Amino acid sequence: MNARSQVLLWGAQRASAMVLALCVVVHLATIIYAVRNGLSASEILGRTRGNGGWLVFYAIFVAAVAIHAPIGLRTILAETLGWRSRGADVFAMVVALSLAMWGWRAVWAVFH
Amino acid sequence: MNNDFRARNHPAYWAFLVHRISGLLLTLFLPLHFWALGQALHGEARLDGLLRWTEQPLAKFAETALVLLLAAHLAGGVRLLMLEFLAWRDWQRSLLALATGVTLAAGLAFLLNATW
Amino acid sequence: MLQVRVWRGAERGEFQLFEVPRLESQTVLDVVTYIQRRCDPTLSYRFACRVGVCGSCAMSVNGQSRWTCRTHVSKVAADDRLEIAPLRNLPVVKDLVTDMREFFDKWARARGRFQGDKRRTDDFARVSPESRERRLVDASIECIGCGVCYSACDVVTWNPDYLGPAALNRAWTLVNDVRDVAADQRLMAVAGDAGCHACHTHMNCTERCPKQISPTAGIAGLKRLVLDAAVKGRL
Repeated sequence: MNARSQVLLWGAQRASAMVLALCVVVHLATIIYAVRNGLSASEILGRTRGNGGWLVFYAIFVAAVAIHAPIGLRTILAETLGWRSRGADVFAMVVALSLAMWGWRAVWAVFH
Repeated sequence: MNNDFRARNHPAYWAFLVHRISGLLLTLFLPLHFWALGQALHGEARLDGLLRWTEQPLAKFAETALVLLLAAHLAGGVRLLMLEFLAWRDWQRSLLALATGVTLAAGLAFLLNATW
Repeated sequence: MLQVRVWRGAERGEFQLFEVPRLESQTVLDVVTYIQRRCDPTLSYRFACRVGVCGSCAMSVNGQSRWTCRTHVSKVAADDRLEIAPLRNLPVVKDLVTDMREFFDKWARARGRFQGDKRRTDDFARVSPESRERRLVDASIECIGCGVCYSACDVVTWNPDYLGPAALNRAWTLVNDVRDVAADQRLMAVAGDAGCHACHTHMNCTERCPKQISPTAGIAGLKRLVLDAAVKGRL
């Protein structure tokens, strides 16, 4: 990977971090509020089922995580295991796609 | 011979450790999280069963830990974004104190709401 | 008496124990000098000015990289114990002497040298010390290339290609030098996984710099400038 791509990767991680900052504040506030008096499926689904707002919010949340986490993981693998090859980049990409797929599946699961 | 804890024993380094470890643990947790929520595809009862399981104390403890990890990673991340994107000031030490405070506040709020 | 463990050998070696009389106003360099002159003449170490302007005497004292001539024993040997080792992240030539070639090679790779376009016959450049850029340069210009920050940096340890805090700090001062004409090439040189983007803001460098420079601040500045250049297609 050339230097320019590495810079853009870094930029993507910081940009997704900014998006996540907003998403996580909302997510934490929701959790802390929702967990009063226990948590039930009907409570969660009552909020998310058929709600386009939550669908869009969580879809964006998942996309941002799928960009943010694998780039960080790639750095950790490079620095702790010395894994810096093309294979490591491919692995990071696979993690990204997996997180996106599983995440969007979960978002759909609580929406439909 | 590499640097050991004697060279790393200062706040900015601890902040890095918390940030890296929390990020890693959260990434490892996510697949479980997505799987659990995905259970709703099999109906509300399935999800409810899972949530019932999380009522036990050990699960509550783990949940509190996760909330702390998420809050810590958020607070530390916002601190880094400020250090990297805003013109440098010398109050970064205060930023770290603020981040720590916010993290603990979030964790406490969760714990109180989840157990009271 | 001080119990002083000193590294002997090269990459492989061991600590050798010496007993050194403890004196008032003694520096760690005094201790090393005493050992070499009175105990073991085969001990190898570097020093020059011994008054804190050259940076030659930099070593690892009780695990922390510092100038030994400016480190009072009373400050670091609370229990009469000292551990003296060579700087980290550099090949050890012998005992307390490291091979600093890679440190300076990375300085060059970061384009850490000035490039102007004026000739002797041109008028002086006018740079106000109050200008925004010059203030930024002045905060980081006093680096004497001692290697303490490079030795203290864990990213240098984990990422062999990483240019390191000193080289990047120097690049930062030059990017902000309005007389320099190689800004874009310099940004290209410091971009990427081996450059400023590898910095994790550990701030070991800032903690240890004997000139109170904060390479972390300059590196953060480089991150902003490089991203700007990349987005605008100048990289």
